[in-house]
Amino acid sequence: MREVIFSREYLQRRSFIELSARDRAESLFDSGTGRELAGPFDRIESPWLAMQGVTPQADDGCIVMRGTIAGQRAVVIAFNGAFQGGGIGEVSGAKLTTALDLACRDSENGQPTSAVLLLETGGVRLQEANLGLAAVAEIISSIIALRRYAPVISVIAGPVGCFGGMSLTAGVSSYIVMTPEGRLGLNGPEVIEEESGVEEFDASDRALTWSIYGGQQRYNQGLVDILVDDDIDQVIKTVQELITKGVPPRNRSEQVDVYRSHIAALDPSTKWNPADVSWSAASLARPIGRNQEVASNEEEHNQ
Amino acid sequence: MEQFEFKYPAKRKVLRRAHVGVVGSGDLEVLLEPTEIGAASVLVRTSVDGFKDNWKAVLDRFFGQYDGAVHIEINDAGATPGAVYLRLQQAVEASES
Amino acid sequence: MSKPTGIRGRVWFKALTDQEKPMPGDPPSVLVADAPVGNENARLLCVVPDPNSRFPCASHGEVGLEQAYTLATRIREIIKADTTGSAGNEIKKRPFIAIVDVKSQAYGRREEIAGIHLAAAAAADAYATARFAGHPVITLIVGQAISGGFLTHGYQANRLLAFADDDVLIHAMHKEPAARITRRTVAQLESLAKTVTPLSYDVRDYAKLGLLYKLLPVSNPETPSADEISLVRNAIAEAIADARIGPTDLRNRFESEAAQTARKATRLIRARLEEEWNQ
Repeated sequence: MREVIFSREYLQRRSFIELSARDRAESLFDSGTGRELAGPFDRIESPWLAMQGVTPQADDGCIVMRGTIAGQRAVVIAFNGAFQGGGIGEVSGAKLTTALDLACRDSENGQPTSAVLLLETGGVRLQEANLGLAAVAEIISSIIALRRYAPVISVIAGPVGCFGGMSLTAGVSSYIVMTPEGRLGLNGPEVIEEESGVEEFDASDRALTWSIYGGQQRYNQGLVDILVDDDIDQVIKTVQELITKGVPPRNRSEQVDVYRSHIAALDPSTKWNPADVSWSAASLARPIGRNQEVASNEEEHNQ
Repeated sequence: MEQFEFKYPAKRKVLRRAHVGVVGSGDLEVLLEPTEIGAASVLVRTSVDGFKDNWKAVLDRFFGQYDGAVHIEINDAGATPGAVYLRLQQAVEASES
Repeated sequence: MSKPTGIRGRVWFKALTDQEKPMPGDPPSVLVADAPVGNENARLLCVVPDPNSRFPCASHGEVGLEQAYTLATRIREIIKADTTGSAGNEIKKRPFIAIVDVKSQAYGRREEIAGIHLAAAAAADAYATARFAGHPVITLIVGQAISGGFLTHGYQANRLLAFADDDVLIHAMHKEPAARITRRTVAQLESLAKTVTPLSYDVRDYAKLGLLYKLLPVSNPETPSADEISLVRNAIAEAIADARIGPTDLRNRFESEAAQTARKATRLIRARLEEEWNQ
């Protein structure tokens, strides 16, 4: 067996994923500026869970913090994937929507306020079914309203990933940042196996799962703007750079013609290898990142 | 889901409130807030029914060592007594740091 | 068990547009037409089943990759055409009517590989962008409106209309899988849904959440009478007029009368965050 050598850089890395959701949110702010709103001691918890014998959490698994990042006004909304799989309920959904709406109001009044979404979520919380789904529709709307004035940055760092309706939320963001440990998709492997059968998707095939949803693949495909290591300093630096950069010229979900033509060119009668389905050239909005040269070539190609 | 309340004597003033933990499988969250000197109170909500005696035993042991005047709320998703004790200690540490 | 998806979508698309063919270049599963509604010319959009769909997981009335991008394209071409001209004269923004009878999003491996989340986001984006640009966006739920399918097609509307009918289903997930995932029997889920309104599969309970603009009494959704079609047309025209004078965001959904009761927690969060925002 080959000897495993850890680089100095790797050993000195401080994991972003291993921080609590609250610490993840706080870590992004300029020192001392992060202030939590409607926190656990406000005790606005889900009114629907206790009725079903499920213990609620005092902050409903969603942390909202306001402050400055790189000297600019920002709000960070972090989901706690350990509580109900980060599922969106009435309260957590309303926290996110309201934070976006207040940032939008300030931005319209000449004080641009960016939003950073730390997404660790399986989508709609099924115990709050229709109010969760309604909340996701409202979140999407509020992101689209805010991103005209200030960037909305989705960060998908941990293995809970971002699934279900919340993948649309990431999809309409100004920028998506992922780690190789993050996962992004509409339907997770278990759901597909359940709905369409094991021959469609074998959810026990971990390698297949990562080859489709993993951060590296989504980045290679051009469905994500920046790939970062699971490292606090890298995440902070990336978020700071994106906030400084501001609103992109075109958002990914507005580039309908580009992606529609990619889909038209695919042949669904064959079995696909995920690595072959890659249109990183389609990513217009890729301002910075560790693959800088590739990104700038692609931009030329498309503009 | 079950809910219990417990009361203990308390003689020491606590300065800060603290929040630790998460209501995730096998874990719990603790909200600790200072109250008036005299009594400490604990409100437990747990998703696992039928363990009131175990809760009382853990809390008796904890308040055998701790005399802070606090109100504690516990939201539990099936934590072991050891995990409960650890979270309570973390909350105390956070409230005194 | 609910009836097969898609019959109602097609019936109502035809009833309201007098057309039944897709636009040139579009897949057979997306019907789009321009037709008069009230005294306006509207664009109507509907997703229907296509047994010969290129993508097999999107053949029974699911919203898949092609459906989502086609919707986005057909919405955006109107937004562009109705943008204020160079002379600066204000163009009246045409309404969009989404006729909704969608089983779900497409559950497939190829769909995930090709990034169906972005396709869904692009369609939702187009609808929301239309709404913010001042186009009235009205959704008519004639059958099923489930999960990602509904988020993609219909849930960004200013005003939601639905038929008061037992086979109208608006939900985050079909009953059987939802019961399995939350570790309940269907009977337990149904029993809980009697007190936990957002769990209910009955559109009349959905109406109590405050999200709907109106529930329409249509007793034969598969074979509507002329009177029923006319009732629906009038309701759409009224919704368009109401959307034109209201805000372009979705606040009506939590400010409505029913929401004052059903969405107390939403309103409490909004008030608290607003209060603490500038402290």
